[in-house]
Amino acid sequence: MNHSGWQAVIGLECHVQLATVSKMFSPAATAYGAEPNSQVDWVDAALPGTLPRPNAEAIRMAVRFGLAIGAEICRHSVFARKNYFYPDLPKGYQISQYEEPIVAHGTLTVTRDDGRTVDVPIVRAHLEEDAGKSVHDAFHAVTAIDLNRAGTPLLEVVTAPALHTAADAAACMRALHELVVWLGICDGNLQEGSFRCDANVSVRRGPDAPLGTRTEIKNVNSFRFVEKAIAYEIERQIRELEAGRAIVQETRLYDETRNQTRSMRSKESAHDYRYFPDPDLPPLVVSEALIESERAALPELPAARRARYVEALGLSAHDAGALTSSRALADYYEAVLAELPDAAKPAANWVLGELAAALNDAGTDISTARVSPSALAGLIRRTRDGTLSVKLAKDVFAAMWAECRDADSVIAERGLGQISDDAPLLAAIDAVLAAHPKQVAQFRAGDEKVYTWLVGQVMKATRGKANPGRLNTLLRQRLAG
Amino acid sequence: MPASITALVAARAAGRISARELVERALARAERWQSLNALITTTADAARARADAIDASDGPHGALTGIPCAHKDLFVTRGVATTCGSRMLAHYVPPFDATVVADLDAAGTVSIGKTNMDEFAMGSSNETSHFGPVRNPWDLTRVPGGSSGGSAALVAAGIVPFATASDTGGSIRQPAAFCGVTGIKPTYGRVSRWGMVAYASSFDQAGVIARSAADCAAVLGVIAHHDPRDATSVERAGEDYMAALAAGVAGRRIGVVREYFGAGVAPAVAAATLAALAVLERAGATLIDLSLPALAHAIPAYYVLAPAEASSNLARYDGVRYGHRAAAAQTCEDLYQQSRTEGFGAEVQRRILIGTYVLSTGYYDAYYRRAQRVRRLIAEDFARAFADCDLLAGPTTPTPAFRLGEKTADPTAMYAADINTVAVNLAGLPALSTPAGLVDGLPVGLQLIAPAFAEGTLLAAAHALQQASDWHRVMPPGAEA
Repeated sequence: MNHSGWQAVIGLECHVQLATVSKMFSPAATAYGAEPNSQVDWVDAALPGTLPRPNAEAIRMAVRFGLAIGAEICRHSVFARKNYFYPDLPKGYQISQYEEPIVAHGTLTVTRDDGRTVDVPIVRAHLEEDAGKSVHDAFHAVTAIDLNRAGTPLLEVVTAPALHTAADAAACMRALHELVVWLGICDGNLQEGSFRCDANVSVRRGPDAPLGTRTEIKNVNSFRFVEKAIAYEIERQIRELEAGRAIVQETRLYDETRNQTRSMRSKESAHDYRYFPDPDLPPLVVSEALIESERAALPELPAARRARYVEALGLSAHDAGALTSSRALADYYEAVLAELPDAAKPAANWVLGELAAALNDAGTDISTARVSPSALAGLIRRTRDGTLSVKLAKDVFAAMWAECRDADSVIAERGLGQISDDAPLLAAIDAVLAAHPKQVAQFRAGDEKVYTWLVGQVMKATRGKANPGRLNTLLRQRLAG
Repeated sequence: MPASITALVAARAAGRISARELVERALARAERWQSLNALITTTADAARARADAIDASDGPHGALTGIPCAHKDLFVTRGVATTCGSRMLAHYVPPFDATVVADLDAAGTVSIGKTNMDEFAMGSSNETSHFGPVRNPWDLTRVPGGSSGGSAALVAAGIVPFATASDTGGSIRQPAAFCGVTGIKPTYGRVSRWGMVAYASSFDQAGVIARSAADCAAVLGVIAHHDPRDATSVERAGEDYMAALAAGVAGRRIGVVREYFGAGVAPAVAAATLAALAVLERAGATLIDLSLPALAHAIPAYYVLAPAEASSNLARYDGVRYGHRAAAAQTCEDLYQQSRTEGFGAEVQRRILIGTYVLSTGYYDAYYRRAQRVRRLIAEDFARAFADCDLLAGPTTPTPAFRLGEKTADPTAMYAADINTVAVNLAGLPALSTPAGLVDGLPVGLQLIAPAFAEGTLLAAAHALQQASDWHRVMPPGAEA
């Protein structure tokens, strides 16, 4: 996309906090929100004589991610030390991967706003540890350091500079976020910093021009703000260059209130990290067995699942998207379908309708649903075999949810079975018509509106259980004849 | 000559001597030999209490029950100051024990304290310690060698039967040679580095200094095992080194390394070495003349790689979490700069600067990468040599112990004196120094080198030499058996 002759070039560097129980190189816990410095092992505090031990779960998660993006899993990768001094970095170096990362050359399929897809090359993904946190406002005149986060496993995912609009960059970030949550390797909580994206932005005069100087936008923790920040930065760079000024290679922060990026003057631009292979850690060897076991356990990825829902099951793109908002929800839906294979649309309606509303009211997610997929399937079955009207079924659902029961037991207990047999229906119809001769006459005189009222009366008389379709047919018959 | 460790263990077990008597003897001798300055911290009360517990059958019992010892002050000891001979850690009290310390505790030893050493193990004379130099018990105006000078001096003076030590470029073997005792550096990865304060991670190895090969074997057997807390610890079961001693040296081919008899080696030292080798020949070994040309590059490779790793390992000493913190600092940068300038001595600062330089952009390839290649060539030279030999030999040091202050004016002259020891650490091989008589009244050592994990062969050869000679029995004037 060209901005008056300019092409924006954007690459993303995302830090995905892996959802392991313990840290990348120590047994300390990784849970968010603990009391400061209560989840710090001696290794995390870099006490003299401590040594790192790699977390096997984090390695599995990295392999899982690599397989999901069709990347090359490097059988032999190396941990490297990234050396710099900062109080939240206890060792004075971060253990990362430099020349030989564990994952290389993958592709992330991103769905743009207009529905078309673009394949974004993922140059590499590597394992590293997170730093602690500097807290500037807890105490007067000093900065406090909380090391709870120090040592948490991160997967750093780097895209090629292959994005050209802020919207595409945001879509790419969303797609990556969805994937890592889907794979169960990250909880995706942006507010807690589980998923952080930095954007490298530059502009050039057309796709064949050499790349311009880039700036790095850091610390934007929402998809919407990333898009706005990048959009602003593209405009800013174009403005600067058109005015004859040069772009300074620097790190910039996004100011939400002013919708601007501004230079982070406190950090110098050129750090020499003096990377070298970490002598405390032997090369990371990934076995074929590990790769195969992760491959076998790979779930159907969200994009593929959505496509299947639309193409094979005939759902709308919107419903497919909503059902795949989480893997657990999609799995729930498919469990219902497993019992009622030809009820794709009704099942979707129920899951996205009553079930979603109940979960929302309870403030919980699908993992604590009080109606199992099997029970929901049972309820749907009763709406299709004429036992329940859809309206009644909703009441039954509410009872099932409240009491953790299946449909049939609620129906039986409350005598809610829909009346579909002619005999009881005709009896009710005849009683209503006999009781309201004026309205009958009005209808026969041509008043269609009174028909609805008569239907209502029969419904009342049957306490809502009359099968609406059959009622309609029989009532019309009686009124005609 | 004092009784062997095995004999002492048996005597205590049989009730002929108590653990308390052994420790009192050690403490009394330590007191008498205070001028050596071999101990930084003496833990007399704890030692007595422990000895009493052993005598009451309450304490831990193992292969070395009741044996007094001392630990080099870079092995962390829970509740006991661990200084690494540095002002930076002068008051640092660790919350955990090094694996080596825990192993020896569990085996029933009684530590009398922490031995003096070159600061952060950087030195070859024990003159860089913040706590003052250690003196050689053979001649108080001379150095004991370094960096494990305190450990060697304690054993040589008959104060304790053994002391733990560490060897990164010769720091066990060279002081053992200068002090007339036996010191073994195991294969890299044979002994756990957990709790051993790191100097150069791919070179450092924990070992033993004792009065005989048999005593070294007894102690090594306790500490040579896999430790999952150290990712560089090899997954290889421990061995019975005592049983290996009996094999002697019959049929062994010993390669006499021409480069180890270079220009800097004093003729009397060369002669003493050859005399010791003649004893081994009479005991059944075959001597082979051999050249390892890559050894010429060992010193430069070592003094590029070891400082590089050290510059990174010592980055954690910033005054933030533990260790020396500059009182006057107003900003974070000042805190780092002042704490480190005040906390580190000149030699440590020198090596940090060298290490930072060789890892820097623009110099990494010329220095660090090239030195790694040389390292590989040296390892290959040794491997080729071991195709034709079971052991390699040469003088441990070019001269006997020099005088205090003699080499401190020119650091590179000090480095050059490591010529015979550093190649072993570059190749990660096991090696030991065993006494080879006196030159001008001062001890010299024969160095034996074996292939990886052939500590048994090494100890058996030294044991054979010690059974056919008296050099290891001679003690400094004034020392008690």
